[in-house]
Amino acid sequence: MALVRHLQNFFRRNGAALSVFLLGAVGFWILFMIVLPQLFMVDFSFRVNLPPPKWGTPEHHYTLEHYRYMVYGSAGSESSFNVIDLQVFFKTIVAAIFVTIFDVALCYPIAYYLAQVAHGGWARLMVLSLIVPFWVNEILRAFAFRIIFGASGVLNKGLMALGIIDEPYDFIRENFALYAGLGYAFILLMIFPIYNAIESLDKNQIEAARDLGSPWWRIHWRVVIPFAKPGITSGCTMVFMLTAGALAAPQILGGPSSLWFTQIIYQAFNQAGNWSRGSAYAIILLASCIALVLLLMRAFKVRLGEIAR
Amino acid sequence: MSAEVTLENVWIRFGDFVAARAVDINIRQGEFFSFLGPSGCGKTTLLRAVSGFLSPSEGRVLIGGKDMAGIGPNKRPTALIFQNLALFPLMTVWENITFALEVRGVSAARRRKRADELLELIALPGQGEKMVDELSGGQRQRVAIARALAAEPGVLLLDEPLSALDLKLRQHMRTELRDIQQRVGITFIYITHDQGEALTMSDNVAVMREGVIEQVADGNTIYDRPATAFVASFVGENNLLRGTVSAVSRAAVTVDTGLGAIRARAADSGGKGSLAVGDDAYVFIRPESLKFDEEKKMDNNISAQIHQQEFEGSFWQVFFSIKGSERKLKLSMVNDGSAMSHQPGQRVTLGFAPELAVATPAGPLAAE
Ligand SMILES: Nc1ncnc2c1ncn2[C@@H]1O[C@H](COP(=O)(O)OP(=O)(O)OP(=O)(O)O)[C@@H](O)[C@H]1O
Ligand SMILES: [Mg+2]
Repeated sequence: MALVRHLQNFFRRNGAALSVFLLGAVGFWILFMIVLPQLFMVDFSFRVNLPPPKWGTPEHHYTLEHYRYMVYGSAGSESSFNVIDLQVFFKTIVAAIFVTIFDVALCYPIAYYLAQVAHGGWARLMVLSLIVPFWVNEILRAFAFRIIFGASGVLNKGLMALGIIDEPYDFIRENFALYAGLGYAFILLMIFPIYNAIESLDKNQIEAARDLGSPWWRIHWRVVIPFAKPGITSGCTMVFMLTAGALAAPQILGGPSSLWFTQIIYQAFNQAGNWSRGSAYAIILLASCIALVLLLMRAFKVRLGEIAR
Repeated sequence: MSAEVTLENVWIRFGDFVAARAVDINIRQGEFFSFLGPSGCGKTTLLRAVSGFLSPSEGRVLIGGKDMAGIGPNKRPTALIFQNLALFPLMTVWENITFALEVRGVSAARRRKRADELLELIALPGQGEKMVDELSGGQRQRVAIARALAAEPGVLLLDEPLSALDLKLRQHMRTELRDIQQRVGITFIYITHDQGEALTMSDNVAVMREGVIEQVADGNTIYDRPATAFVASFVGENNLLRGTVSAVSRAAVTVDTGLGAIRARAADSGGKGSLAVGDDAYVFIRPESLKFDEEKKMDNNISAQIHQQEFEGSFWQVFFSIKGSERKLKLSMVNDGSAMSHQPGQRVTLGFAPELAVATPAGPLAAE
C-alpha cells in the first residue's frame, strides 16, 4: 500500500508523461541491461557447456561442474585443487584490496585539499587537471603507461640519467606498471565521493578542534575522517569492484607471467568457447566482491543508506 | 590560569580593506570584557587575531604578557566559542566536552569524571551519553561552553554565542554566563552587537565602528559619558541636536542650535579632538533626561509641540516636533500614577540640565 501511495505521489509531482518516461527508462535499464543478462549468466553457469544449437535440448542440463572445476580443477589433473585459477583469484582480490588502500591514501589528501583548503580559480584548475586525462580512452591511457614504464621509457631514462640505476629496470615484468595503471584508472571515483563528503564539513569544526589544542593528525582522525566515512566507503567500494573487475589494464600492462582473474574469465568465453565456465567464474568473482564489501562495511559500521548520500 | 590580554597597535588588513585600525586595548585578568559594535565592524576578526587564526598585519597580541606572534591557535591559552558553536556532531556530549583532554592524552576514566563535573556546572547532569543533535539550542550552547572550559583556558573567547537563541533563553543565558565567569574566574572576551548584553554582563566594553575602537569603559560610563557621536548614537536612545560651538568653559560648552544656545558637558574624548569655538558639534540628550519645564527653571530650554504620546505600562514615551528638524524629540517619563495632563498638538517648553547633555564633535553616527 505504501508503494501505491509513493507511486501516486510520484505521478502527481512529475506529471503523467514524465513519470511514465522515468519509470520506463529506469525499468528498461534495470531489467534489460542488468537483471536479464545476469540471470542468463547465472543460468548458464549451472548448465553443461554445449554449442549454441544444442541449447534448450534435454542434453543442456543443470550441473555444478563449473563451480567444482574452479576449486578442484579437472578430474584428470595431478593436483587435488585447481591451483592456477585459485591462485589468480586470490591474487586478484588481494591486489585489488591493495590498490584500493593505495587509492584512499592518495585521494584523501587531494580531496581534503580541494574541499577545505583550495579556493576559486586554483581549485577549479586542479579539478580540471584531474578530469581532463580521463577524456583519453582507457586503452590509450594504458598504452601511455606502457610507454612510461617500458624498458626505454621516460621513467627508466630518467632514473638512468640520474645514475640511480645502470640498466633499464623491467617495471612491466614486475607488475609496477600494472598496479600504477590500476591505481590511476579509478582515481576520480575515489576523489569525488570523499570530496563531496568533506565539502559539507563546517570549517569551524576543524578550527574548533585546532583551538582545543589538537594537532593536525588528530583533527583528521577524530573530526574529518569520521565525517567523510560514507564518502570514503563509497569510493572504496567502487574502486575495489572496478579494480577486481578490470580487464584492459591487466591485458595491456600485466607482465608476461601474471594473470588477472578477469583474463581467465575472458579466455573461458573467447578462447575456450566455454560460456558456462566463464559465467560461473564471473559469478564467483562478483559474489566474492560483494560479500567482501558487505563484510568490510559491517566492520567499519557503515550502512548502505549512508553511501548513497 | 587566568590571563590578561593586550592588543598593541593592532592593524588587520584584507588586501586594501582595513578590518582593524590601530587597536590598543588592555584587558585585565579575570575581567568580563565585551566588544560591542554593528555587524561587519570587525569584532570576529579581532577575536580571531586573539585566538591565533589570523595574525595582525601590524602590531602585537600579548596574552599573559607573552607575545603571541608565531604561536598557533592550538598552542594559545585561549578557547573560542564559535558564532555557530561548531560542536562535533559525531561525538557524544561527553566526548565533545572532553576533547581538549583527549588531545592531551588524559585517560578515558579521568575524562569521564571531568565531563561529569562540567555537566554538573552547566546544569546538564547525566546527559553525557546523548548525541549533540539530541539537545535543545540552549543545551548545546552550554555544552559549547563546557567544551571550551574543559581546555582550562586562561582566556575564554565568545563570538556572539547567544545570537541564535530566542529572547527568553538569551536573557537566561546572560545571567548564567556571568555566573559561570565568576565561578571559574578566568578572563572572558565577549563579542556582541546587542548592547543590552554588553552593558549587563561586562566589566568593560569596547565600542567598535568600522575597525576602530571608539571608546573603552564600563557600561555606566559608556551610557552616561559617551566619548564620540557614534557611541552616543549607538548605545541606548538619544536625542540629537546639531549646532556650532559658541563658547567653551571648563565645565561646559555652549552650542548654538536652531533652537537657541544650549549648554552641555563636553564629551571626554581622551584629550584628542576636543571642542573649540566654531566647531560643528552634536548635542545628545537621553529621553529620560528631558523634562517638562514650563517655568523654565532649568538651564536649557526648548520649545516644542507634542506630536504623539505612547503609554508603555511602566513609563510614558512622548514625541515632540521641533522647529527646523524632521526628527522627533523623545521624552520618557516614569509612570507614577498621575495622569498625563498634556494633549497632542499642545505647545510646551522642555528643559534639561547641562550635566545630562553631552556635546561631541560632529562625526559619523550609528545607522538607525
Ligand atoms: N577573510 C577575509 N577576507 C576579506 N575580508 C574579510 C575577511 N574576514 C572578514 N572580512 C571583512 O572584515 C569585516 C569585518 O568582519 P567581521 O567578521 O570581523 O565582522 P563582525 O563584526 O564579526 O560582524 P558580525 O557581527 O556580522 O559577525 C567585514 O567587512 C568582512 O567583510
Ligand atoms: Mg562576527
